[in-house]
Amino acid sequence: MSDEVIESVALHPTSHATGHVHRDDEASKMGMWLFLFTELLLFGGMFLLYAGYRFLYPDGFKAAALEMNSFIGAVNTIILLTSSLSIALSIAALQKEQKKLSIALLVFTLFCGLAFLVNKYFEWSHEIHNGIYPKGPALENMSEGEILYFGLYYTMTGLHGLHVIVGMIFIGVVLAFVVKNKISSTNYTRLENAGLYWHLVDIIWIFLFPLFYLIH
Amino acid sequence: MANGTAAAHVNDVDFYHYEGKHKGIMSWLLTTDHKRIGIMYLAAIVVFFLAAMMLGVLMRIEALTPGQTIMKPQTYNSIFTFHGVIMIFLFIIPAVPAVFGNFFLPIQLGAKDVSFPRLNLFSWYLYMAGGLIALLSLFTGGGAADTGWTFYVPYSIRSSANVSLSVFGAFVLGFSSIVTGLNFITTIHRMRAPGMSWFRMPLFAWALYATSWIQVLATPVIGITLFLIVLERAFGIGVFDPALGGDPLLYQHMFWIYSHPAVYIMILPAMGVVSEIIPTFAKKDIFGYKQIALSSLAIALIGYLVWGHHMFTSGMSDTSRVVFSLLTFLVAIPTGVKVFNWVATLYKGSIEIKVPLLFVMAFIFIFSIGGLTGLVQGALATDIHLTDTYFIVGHFHYVMFGGMGTIFFAALHYWFPKMFGKTYNEKVAIISATLFVIGFNMFYFTMFILGYLGMPRRYYDYLPQYQGLHVFSSIGAFIMVTGIVLMFGNLLRGLIKGEKATANPWGGTTLEWRIASPPPLENFDEIPVVTGGPYVHDRETYIMNPIKVIHKEEEAVH
Repeated sequence: MSDEVIESVALHPTSHATGHVHRDDEASKMGMWLFLFTELLLFGGMFLLYAGYRFLYPDGFKAAALEMNSFIGAVNTIILLTSSLSIALSIAALQKEQKKLSIALLVFTLFCGLAFLVNKYFEWSHEIHNGIYPKGPALENMSEGEILYFGLYYTMTGLHGLHVIVGMIFIGVVLAFVVKNKISSTNYTRLENAGLYWHLVDIIWIFLFPLFYLIH
Repeated sequence: MANGTAAAHVNDVDFYHYEGKHKGIMSWLLTTDHKRIGIMYLAAIVVFFLAAMMLGVLMRIEALTPGQTIMKPQTYNSIFTFHGVIMIFLFIIPAVPAVFGNFFLPIQLGAKDVSFPRLNLFSWYLYMAGGLIALLSLFTGGGAADTGWTFYVPYSIRSSANVSLSVFGAFVLGFSSIVTGLNFITTIHRMRAPGMSWFRMPLFAWALYATSWIQVLATPVIGITLFLIVLERAFGIGVFDPALGGDPLLYQHMFWIYSHPAVYIMILPAMGVVSEIIPTFAKKDIFGYKQIALSSLAIALIGYLVWGHHMFTSGMSDTSRVVFSLLTFLVAIPTGVKVFNWVATLYKGSIEIKVPLLFVMAFIFIFSIGGLTGLVQGALATDIHLTDTYFIVGHFHYVMFGGMGTIFFAALHYWFPKMFGKTYNEKVAIISATLFVIGFNMFYFTMFILGYLGMPRRYYDYLPQYQGLHVFSSIGAFIMVTGIVLMFGNLLRGLIKGEKATANPWGGTTLEWRIASPPPLENFDEIPVVTGGPYVHDRETYIMNPIKVIHKEEEAVH
């Protein structure tokens, strides 16, 4: 037997008795990526429906898209992209042992997430105020294509908003760990995983934005 | 090794008798031990299975006479819906991976646990929550769902029954399935013992690997689809509602994009178990190891591309029907590869006929019939005649229950001594297996004939000329259920009164047979080193306790 084998033997897993939990950064990242696949497929189902109905009702979709305020959409895109940058920088800062900067960048990321949600809130309430919501007075009189467009709009941006909230909770927990030094320059996989999740939230928005706001 | 002594100490007792921080019931409910989680799944799954089986018996009693026998049509609708929902989501999908996968995957890989033990426990809680939500839906709101387990729109949108809650239950169960799949993939990538290369993995692990990928990549699609039904019912967003412009066919597509691959989630782990049992009882290395391993992946891949064959009569273009039909036939190739390799393994082996092998042989027979009748429906012309008849019901019970269910029983009998450290009565087990096989074939083969003659599925009433066959089928069902009850009774008796099992009662060659029955808390004192394939009978392929071996060698030198 080679020494390598012996070494890998000695390094191996969890002990239930001592409570010593075996740490495998590679594995936790892999788990996170697999989870992101599932998220992509979850939204993939929605994108499939969007494609199907856009093909069926091109005119209705066009008419409905004209009602959207692409300015708010663009602002939200900028906000999310910036927050993706800030969380990536926060990981880099932690790796360079600049804990305070890392914390500041995480707080900024959370702030961006909140700003995104606030914008979304105003956007939704504006439309709801105008009677454009499922079974709402204005939407009921529109064409089938428009009804489906707004059905998908509320579902997809709503589901995305839910992911923004989950991502913020994730970042909040990770932030607490950084403050308590449970995440540090030698043990930052959980922070990276939070970053990966946040990038996913970002990238889904990057597809939602043109599909609902820009294509006329 | 710093904690070597501690590890040796905890391994003095088996995992049932070691209680960590928590005592009594909490030592189970808060455990992260993959073996205990496997046992908890087993307990829950057996309860759900027996409950759904009794629903099936009620349906067979109802079918004894035309017209109303014991229940009203609405009750019958709810009963077949819940028979399907429980059997599919709570029994067939999780049974082999969650019970035997959890218990044996880490051991077969030479690991002490899965990659994410806490996530593993979490997935059990999700499973229980999903099951309880589904049960709750029976007694609240508009009563038990009556849509069939497929929840087809627009019926599931219009039905006044409590569809939302049972759909939500299925959603939660899907999440549990994803978490288990994610955990297994990572475990297989990261936790294999030194020397266990991909092609030295037991074939059960290969099958679980393919299964887990399907679980991870297909389940989210049904997740969103079911979620949309809930939204549709709550808010009327329109995406599946034809009154608002939605397309019910799109629902069917999205439903089967998951639910057809799910068929392979059900059968692949069972095929993995077959590949374990056959070399053990043939006392010889498996024939065509790589082909069996890779055919699992091939089945997983092709299984993604055939969902349209559930919709041949729903309204699709001829082109897509032909393409889906062709792809469906392709699945038969890797499946055939497996069956021929199993049979070739038995050829010229020193076969020892024990209960697990009996179940496996029943499986090969039953599953072949199931597979071939599947091709009858994969062909467009015959499917038009047979779709939505008892022929379909017969077919999927042959492949699902006769395939996966039979192997679930085989696995129970194969691994029972290892999991519980007890033995069961062999003779009673053989009798129960015989009753099961005879009853099964009387029960479901009759359905092929009924379906061919035109008996539609999901009807509680029928024309008088079908009565003879219905009665014959029901008698088969009662014989089969007697066999199953006898089997569980025998296992339960073995659990309480059985003699102590040895570490390796069958002469198995994979790692679980190299440790005590039941396994010690941490499976291994030291992680073993693997030096050969999993089914080698004539030489040693594992170095157990490699560090101790090295120390002894060193002492011998001095």
